[in-house]
This record gives sequence, C-alpha cells and structure tokens, in this order.
Amino acid sequence: MGNELLKMDGITKVYSNGVLANENVNFTVEKGEIHALVGENGAGKSTLMKVLFGLETPDEGAIYLNGNKVKITSPSDAIGHGIGMVHQHFKLVPSLTVAENIVLGIEPKKGIFIDMNKAVKETEELAKKYNFDINPKAAVGDLSVGKKQKVEILKALFRGAKLLILDEPTAVLTPQETRELFEQLKGLKKNGYTIIFISHKLNEIKEICDRLTIMRSGKTIGTYCTADVSEQDISKLMVGRDVVLKVEKEKVSPKDVVLSVKDLNYVNENNKKVVNNVSFSVRSGEILGIAGIEGSGQREIVEMITGLRDIGEGEVTIDGENINSLSIKGIRNLGVSYIPEDRMTYGVAGNASIEENLISNRYSDKELNGKALFKTNKIKSLTNKLVKDYLIKCKSPSVNVGMLSGGNIQKVVVAREFSTQPKLLIADQPTRGIDVGAIEFIHKKLVSIRDDGCAILLVSADLNEVLELSDSLIVVNNGEIAAYFEDVSKLTEEELGFYMLGVKKQSEDEIRRAVYA
Amino acid sequence: MKTLFNIIFSVNFGYAVLRVTTPILFATLAALISDKAGVINIGLEGIMLSSALAGVIVSAATQSAWIGLLGALIVGTLMGVLLAYFSLDLKADTTLSGIAINLMASGGTIFVLYLVAHDKGISTSLKSMVLPKITIPLIDKIPVVGGILSGHNVLTYISLLSVILMYILLFKTPLGLKIRSVGENPDAASSVGINVKKVKYLALAISGMLAGFGGAYMSMGYVSWFSQNMTAGRGFIALAAEAMGSSSPLASFLAALIFGIADALSNSIQSLRLPPEFVQSIPYIATIIGLIVNSAKADSKKAKAEEEK
Repeated sequence: MGNELLKMDGITKVYSNGVLANENVNFTVEKGEIHALVGENGAGKSTLMKVLFGLETPDEGAIYLNGNKVKITSPSDAIGHGIGMVHQHFKLVPSLTVAENIVLGIEPKKGIFIDMNKAVKETEELAKKYNFDINPKAAVGDLSVGKKQKVEILKALFRGAKLLILDEPTAVLTPQETRELFEQLKGLKKNGYTIIFISHKLNEIKEICDRLTIMRSGKTIGTYCTADVSEQDISKLMVGRDVVLKVEKEKVSPKDVVLSVKDLNYVNENNKKVVNNVSFSVRSGEILGIAGIEGSGQREIVEMITGLRDIGEGEVTIDGENINSLSIKGIRNLGVSYIPEDRMTYGVAGNASIEENLISNRYSDKELNGKALFKTNKIKSLTNKLVKDYLIKCKSPSVNVGMLSGGNIQKVVVAREFSTQPKLLIADQPTRGIDVGAIEFIHKKLVSIRDDGCAILLVSADLNEVLELSDSLIVVNNGEIAAYFEDVSKLTEEELGFYMLGVKKQSEDEIRRAVYA
Repeated sequence: MKTLFNIIFSVNFGYAVLRVTTPILFATLAALISDKAGVINIGLEGIMLSSALAGVIVSAATQSAWIGLLGALIVGTLMGVLLAYFSLDLKADTTLSGIAINLMASGGTIFVLYLVAHDKGISTSLKSMVLPKITIPLIDKIPVVGGILSGHNVLTYISLLSVILMYILLFKTPLGLKIRSVGENPDAASSVGINVKKVKYLALAISGMLAGFGGAYMSMGYVSWFSQNMTAGRGFIALAAEAMGSSSPLASFLAALIFGIADALSNSIQSLRLPPEFVQSIPYIATIIGLIVNSAKADSKKAKAEEEK
C-alpha cells in the first residue's frame, strides 16, 4: 500500500490506576479515506486517539506519518503534523465570533492590530470552499450545536489539518444535521482529506466509511472494508465478553409492580429527543436490566425516576404514587434507594467521614436524634455494623471517604443504600471501575436484596453484569426501547448486540410486554 | 432645594466630577482587564494605596513628580504580578489572596510611612511633588465646557485616554483576543496553544499598573500628600462599577462616572447643613444601589434568555 498516511504500531497504554486501555494496538489509515474506529465504551478508541493527538503518552509503540516516525507529545505537535481533532465537547469561546474562534492563537496581523477583515475573509473563503454555510461574524454562543461543530472542523482545517479525527460527531446532532455533516465529510474526502470517524452507529458507518477498524477490550480485532462486512458481522465482532463472571441465583418469582414508567419522553437542551416513548415496569423480587450503548437515554431515564432531572413528559409511579411533583427526598421516602453512576459527585461527599456518609440518607431519623443533638452512640453502633457487614476496609469509620479505594467507596454507597430495606433500588453502573472482589461482593448483595423482595432496576454498560444479574432485560437504542426479554438466561450476547447497535428491533407489541399492570 | 440645584448645575461641580472620577476610573479599568482574563482582582484597593505611598516617597526622594509616578507604576505592576503568583503558581484562592494584599497594604503603608516620615497619619513632613495640571488650548476659552474640561491634572486626561486604549487592546489586538478567550474558556485557549498562565500574568500586571496610576493620582494630584487609608474604598467601588459596566470599557466608564458624581456630590453638599455622616455615605449607598440594579438587570436578562429557549 503506497498511500498509507498513518500507522500506529504496537501502541500500549496503561493508566496510572492500572487500567490497560490499549494493548499492542496496530492501526493504519490510508490517504483520502474515511476510516471508522468502532468499539464499545471502554474498548480503547478514545485512548488511542488521545495518543495520536498528543493528549496521552503511550508506554510503548510508535506513530508513523507518511512512513516517517514522528513524536507527538502535545496537541500542538499533532497540529504541526497536520492532525486535527474535533472533540465531543467543543473547545470554543462563546462570546467570540466564528472568525475570532477560528484564528485564535494564529491571528492575521496588521501592525500591532488583528487584521479582522482578513480573518473574516479567510473564514468565508474556507467555508465556501467546502460548502459550510456559516456566518463568520456571528457569535459562537448563538449558534446551534451543528453549526458549532462546523466551526470546530473549520478551525482544524484553518490550522492546516489533513487528517481529521471526529470523536462521535453525530452523538449530539439531529438527523438533519447529521445528513448535512455527511455531505460535507464526503466533500472533504473528495478534496483529499483523510478522516477518522469514531462511532457506534453501524448504519452511519456503512453509509460513509470506506474501511473500519474494530476494537474490543483495548485490542484491535481487525480492519475491514465496509463493503465486505454486514452490520451483523460488525456487531458480532464488537460485542463480546472476555471473562464470564458467574453469579449464583435462584429463579425469580416476581410479585407486584413497584415501579411503573409510562410514555416517558425527554428533549434535551440541544432540542434532541433523547428519551422517546419509554414504558416499562419493575416488579417486586426481580432485577430488570437496561442494556445499551452509553448515551442511548439511560442516564436521562434514571435521573427522571430518581428526581435528579425534571420529568419531560410522561408518568412515573412508585407503589401507585405519582412522583412527577415529588422532591428527591419525597421519592426516597417512598422506599427508593439509588446507586448513582458517578459515585464521587452523587454517591459520596469525599471530604466527609465514612460515618457521615453512611447516615447521610437517614440523619433525620428519630432513632439517630435526641432532642437537639445526634445520638452518637447509636450512630457509632450502626455505622460499625455496616462497615463490618459490607466489608469496608478502613482504619476507622471516622476516616474521610475520599481516602478509600474506588471499590471501598462504592461499598460505602452500597451499604448506605441497601441497609434501609428499600422497596425499589435503582443501580446505575454499580460496579464500574472497581476491583473484582468488590464486584463479586456487590453482585451477591444485589441478588440477596432481590430475594428479600426488593424491585431492582439495573443499568449497566457492562454486558457481563446485565446478562448475569438481570432476570429480565430491556435494550435501549437511540432513546427508544429496542427490545424486551422476559427471560435473560435464553439470550445470547450476539443477539443482544444486534439490538444495542440498532441492527434489529422488536415490534411494538413485543416491546409493550415490558409493561405489567 | 434651590441651593442643591445651584451646586449641581455649576461649572465647579462638573469639574469636580471629573476630578473625583479619575481614581475610580483607573481602578475600574484595572478591574475590567483582570475580569476579562478570568481573575477577579480584589486587591485593587491595596495596590492603589501602596502606589500612592510609593509615589510620595519616590517623588520626595528624587524631587521629580514623573519619577515618582514611575515608582508608583512599578509598585502597582509588581503587586499585580504578586497576586498572579499567589493565585496561579501557589494556587491560593484568588479572592483570599486579594484580601491579603489589601490587609498587607493597609498596615504596611502605615509602617513604611512611619519609617520614612516619622508620622503614622500623614506624609506632610516629606517634600513630595505633584503632577502638573494641563490647560487645553482653545477648549479652555469655551465658556462652561472649558471650565469643566480644561485645567485638570495630567492623569485625568490619561485616565480618559485609557478607556479608548483599553477598548483597542481588548478588541483589536491579538493579546486582547487571547485575554478574552482565556477568561471565558481556558480549555479552548490552551487547545490552540495559548499559554493560559502567561496571559493571566500579563493581564494582572496591566491591572496592577492601572491601579498604580489611580494610586499615584490620589497622592500626587487629588491631594499633595499621603494619608493612611486615603483610597477609602475606591478599589471596591471600582469593582462595582466594572460589574455594572458588564465588561465593556465604555459602559464601565459611564458606571465609574456615576460613582464619581455620587462622590462629588458628597463633597459639594457638605455646605448644606445635612448630617455629615449621611453625606459621606452617599458614594457607598450609590454602590449598593448600583449593584442591586445591575443584578436585577442580569436576572431579567437570564429569564428572557430562558424564555426564548
């Protein structure tokens, strides 16, 4: 292959917390192609691109551009080598105009002044050349998300980028904006630009990419011509479990409906419909899993149920009571416990002690309060018991939570949330980023409170977890429920992948089965 | 009432407004440039005070008002850099660092004054110099306008000129673009290779220098001596003026002018047999009213923006 533009050879990256994000990854891109980089969350795509753009330094491996070995240690180096990156979170200054944002850092000058006329003119020419419809004098803060993305692309082109990295560019776009972006990307390709397109939307990849490279668990699985592989093939290669952690559990016998979600909708601040007509119920004594690629609406659904986010449209009832107008505390008082996805922000107060964190959901209980002050002895005996029961490794319960390891912090959250005998538990990524011992422990506890009759809604991006723990399962794709499986034990991961990635979708009637009266 | 009317609509009052606005205006511009770079310079009061003393001491020692001014500017700039060092290198809280600078200046200037002038209150034993007043040819011949605009201290004219220079610096030069981007989205700025720390250092140095001008004016123009805590809250009033001017140089100038009018009023109507405590509190009451009006305005703007969504 004579026109090989980029070659990343044997890239290995271990993060300081021990996570092996890239393991001997090989990745090549040819000049003038649109090359998709696909993989599940945590497969290592972002790390690989950060290495390429100089945001991370690899532990091993080399990068070659046009056959020459290059050293990229900062984004400036990358830009100097003609690499541009459009991040998922835009790096723009809202009050500045489009032209000002584009020339920022390399302003055309006239004497000691900025030559603003020239900046505007050059922006206009660049936009015209590649058919970007954009007003150089508009303030960036007033633009739509789609337009802001165009400014980012122009910014990279203005800096001389020949290789563009687009990190999940369509995740924030409406379907119309996506169409427009694709036209422009095709235009750029025609003009000799090379594009790396990170995505998990298989139909988009089939539509505009020439080749694709699949990553899984930090390794490259292979590179294929898009024309030679079907969406099914891609899905099979992308989705898979490497280690199967078995969870022992009895067969379920679900009882009454505890949580009922009806016709839930949510439109986010970018006017994108992120939750679309979602209905399901969770019954006492069952674990209902929600599987899906991250960003498919899970977060919004969970936050609406727990009260962290106002309900857009629809109805949520817990034990027959409508929660639409209840406060977070009001919802918790119905017997709801919640393990949040982001434990450091919503799970614990890092600078407070283990003891304080353990009682933060019940500090106002009569049992813990005297006339004016806390009953410290009661609190001590309660927290000592929880620390013991939940195997929280610490010198004493008065240590700050922030000093513990991730696994132990999560155990503090779990101990607090499980020990109130909840009727409903919402567990959002309950074992993300913690050690295997803690994962097994939390899984066992989840099954045991299920057996005690708790209704559990489990959201997880970890296939192992949803497949092993859930009794029944809904799959979300693009804000909608794509499938409902009453009995998870009959479901294969391959089948699950098809629904997660939008290759398949069940009929309305099949999906409606998720609702119990 | 008639006397009040006579006081306000007199040439003397117009002249006085510009005279008392000068230090507030310098400090307002100082607040503006640091705010644009994303750092709130609470230390303006202390920087002005230190520069005021430095101007007196240096001019007394060299018997040159201009070298005195230079001394005041150097001290002001260095204190701006000191604040930058505290907050950017030592990672101290910017507000607390600014308060520390104010307290240090408040006590430190008295200490130095005592060492140099052997007096804890006032510097009259030093033969310090005063910057010259300037009569503008032609304009000074125009009735009323000439009386208001001509014959001010040279620093008053420099302060007015600084408004325009500040506008040009912020909106027409590469440095200004960098300052604005660093203040608003440091992430975006650093992603295109801008050295965020360096830009903030520069902005605080310029901020300190402008406060230095304000301090020099206090002791070498407004009056001809240094007295303890002579800035009397002008650094804080300037922060309010800058907030009201919502980060535009021209609007900040107008806000500074409003506070100048309040200040001039409190000077002029002391002859009206009103309780002096009330009269002297006018500038500060004006500051509070100004901040309330400003935040109410910001609230309704926000509400409107949300409605539009």
